[in-house]
Amino acid sequence: MSTVNLAAGQPTADTRSAAVRCRAVTKSYGKGDTMVTALRGVDLDIAKGELMMLVGPSGCGKTTLISVIAGILDRDGGECSVFDNDFAGMSQRRKTLWRGQNVGFVFQAFNLLPTLTAAENVAVPLMILGQSRHAAVKKARDTLAMVGLGDRTHSLPSQLSGGQQQRVAIARALIHEPKLIVCDEPTSALDHETGHIIMRLLKNVALSQERALVIVTHDARIFGFADRIAKMDDGHIEKIVTSPKDLE
Amino acid sequence: MNFVALRMLMGDRLKYVGLVAGLAFAALLVTQQASIFNGYIHRMAAWIRDTGGADLWIMDPQTNHTDDAKRIVDTALQRVRSVDGVEWAVPMFKGFLSARLPDGRLQQVRVVGIDDATMIGGPPRMVEGELADLRGDRAVLVNEADLGKKLIVSESGARRPMRVGDRLDINDNEVRVAGVYAKGPEFFWEPMVYTTYSRALRMAPAQRKQLQFVLAKVRPGADTAKVAADIRAATGLAAYTGDEFAWVTMWYIMIQTGILVNFGITIALGFVIGVLVSALLLYTFMIEQSRNFGALKAMGVTNRAIVRMVAVQVLTVGSLGFGIGVGAAVIGGGVLAKADLAFRMVWQIPLIGAGAILICCLVAGILSLARVLRLEPAIVFKGAT
Ligand SMILES: Nc1ncnc2c1ncn2[C@@H]1O[C@H](COP(=O)(O)OP(=O)(O)OP(=O)(O)O)[C@@H](O)[C@H]1O
Ligand SMILES: [Mg+2]
Repeated sequence: MSTVNLAAGQPTADTRSAAVRCRAVTKSYGKGDTMVTALRGVDLDIAKGELMMLVGPSGCGKTTLISVIAGILDRDGGECSVFDNDFAGMSQRRKTLWRGQNVGFVFQAFNLLPTLTAAENVAVPLMILGQSRHAAVKKARDTLAMVGLGDRTHSLPSQLSGGQQQRVAIARALIHEPKLIVCDEPTSALDHETGHIIMRLLKNVALSQERALVIVTHDARIFGFADRIAKMDDGHIEKIVTSPKDLE
Repeated sequence: MNFVALRMLMGDRLKYVGLVAGLAFAALLVTQQASIFNGYIHRMAAWIRDTGGADLWIMDPQTNHTDDAKRIVDTALQRVRSVDGVEWAVPMFKGFLSARLPDGRLQQVRVVGIDDATMIGGPPRMVEGELADLRGDRAVLVNEADLGKKLIVSESGARRPMRVGDRLDINDNEVRVAGVYAKGPEFFWEPMVYTTYSRALRMAPAQRKQLQFVLAKVRPGADTAKVAADIRAATGLAAYTGDEFAWVTMWYIMIQTGILVNFGITIALGFVIGVLVSALLLYTFMIEQSRNFGALKAMGVTNRAIVRMVAVQVLTVGSLGFGIGVGAAVIGGGVLAKADLAFRMVWQIPLIGAGAILICCLVAGILSLARVLRLEPAIVFKGAT
């Protein structure tokens, strides 16, 4: 880890190895009286090969921040580039295509398509990129084997446990070899032990030198898997720490 | 992504079957009712089509339909003949007379008297005997379809269908069945009996006006519309082509009987309910899928691809529903037609059904696309459902 930066507000100077680089990012929802400011100027750098966790009280803006980073939500102000790509000024269509190439998602609610088998679900990102179903499903079986589900390729999501569904979701987030993987509360629907299995997978299988992982979580039991932890409060990054002990 | 779209659609069997069934029902209702309506319409003017040979039908201007007994004076025949462009013109009698069947029962019959000399205006097809048999003494022709139904003879206690050689009284004139003809089913139901013009006049109560129609042929090369206009000017009567007379008849009956309004309402209701129900089903299906669509959008499915996916889904249930619905209408129609009910599907009718289904699909597709396309992909990070 060459450019780990310990202090918030003093981003790294070496931008070449930065996977995500945010400066003074703002975002609010709604207008007038009902306006809610979710991000009040966020500065954050995430290096390639890094697993960054976002923690903080409910409503502090964690989901909003990863949505902006993943390009599914437009920021209001500030700068943000993801693998040297800036979503501002990109058309909706180009943003969508970029996400399809470069971003893998793991959702709290798994969000697998209920009527597709595990292998077909995992194959979806490749089909989105235009691969034939046959080729996509074939590769999906290999990817499922990587997450330890080689024997459940034909199962429907409803026939799998929560932990297994989340492993399918991780396989789906990996299959097209995206540069960025974003996870929102990937373990909160799972028990402690299963949560650890999922985190080990994310850390050992999903993380690589060319890829960055951002994980939003409340779950203190998995903090140990993080390279760094960014603590958010009320739309700011309060501090960035390397050890969970430093959070308090 | 078509594969994913279809798997999303067919995953929930019950909903999928419900969607297809709803659309099939809409298609069935619309095509079946339209076919029965068309069957009635077709029967209303069946007699005009069955009466070949003439180019123009001349009649009292107030005549509303084929069986409307408004007569004209017989001098009209001469005046029509003298109009330039008329090749020939023949008289025709048509009127309701009461017949006494051999078993003593009374039966209203429609007597058609055709020109003695030329026999123009006769029935389309003879089943037994020949048209020329009308020249025989007291001869009449009866309809095959009435035999054994409305024309029955009791013989030494047993009842049997009327047949050639039987006698009956029409308006106290004894006549003899000289032949049996066949024609297409008609909207009107009283038995139709053919005889010669002069014999018909003898049967009918004497009146100053005797003629029902003059049938005229336009000379080759002459303009039918102009000849008709000249006849109208010369006689003050109405002169229609067969098609025009058919439309006069159809409109009058459709309006008078309420058939138009009734079928119109049924078809419109079938259409509206079918469209509403199936469009609603499709729409709720799409809304239930919105979380899945949201996830797909986040994962890189463009709006263009979403439109294609929704189109594939909607057109799949649409074409299945159309096929099943129209298929059921055709099979059901075969049964109805065997039961002698007016059911007549022409190729335009499935097109109407297809139009109805297409509207369902468009309405549902556009409504749900309006929702799905506006969907923020960011909803995928909102809490679990
Ligand atoms: N679509 C929205 N419309 C209006 N306000 C929103 C919307 N999404 C989020 N917010 C508000 O923005 C703020 C930040 O929300 P966000 O979801 O980013 O918080 P969070 O840190 O992820 O919270 P949690 O831990 O509960 O998931 C909250 O006050 C929230 O109420
Ligand atoms: Mg959140």
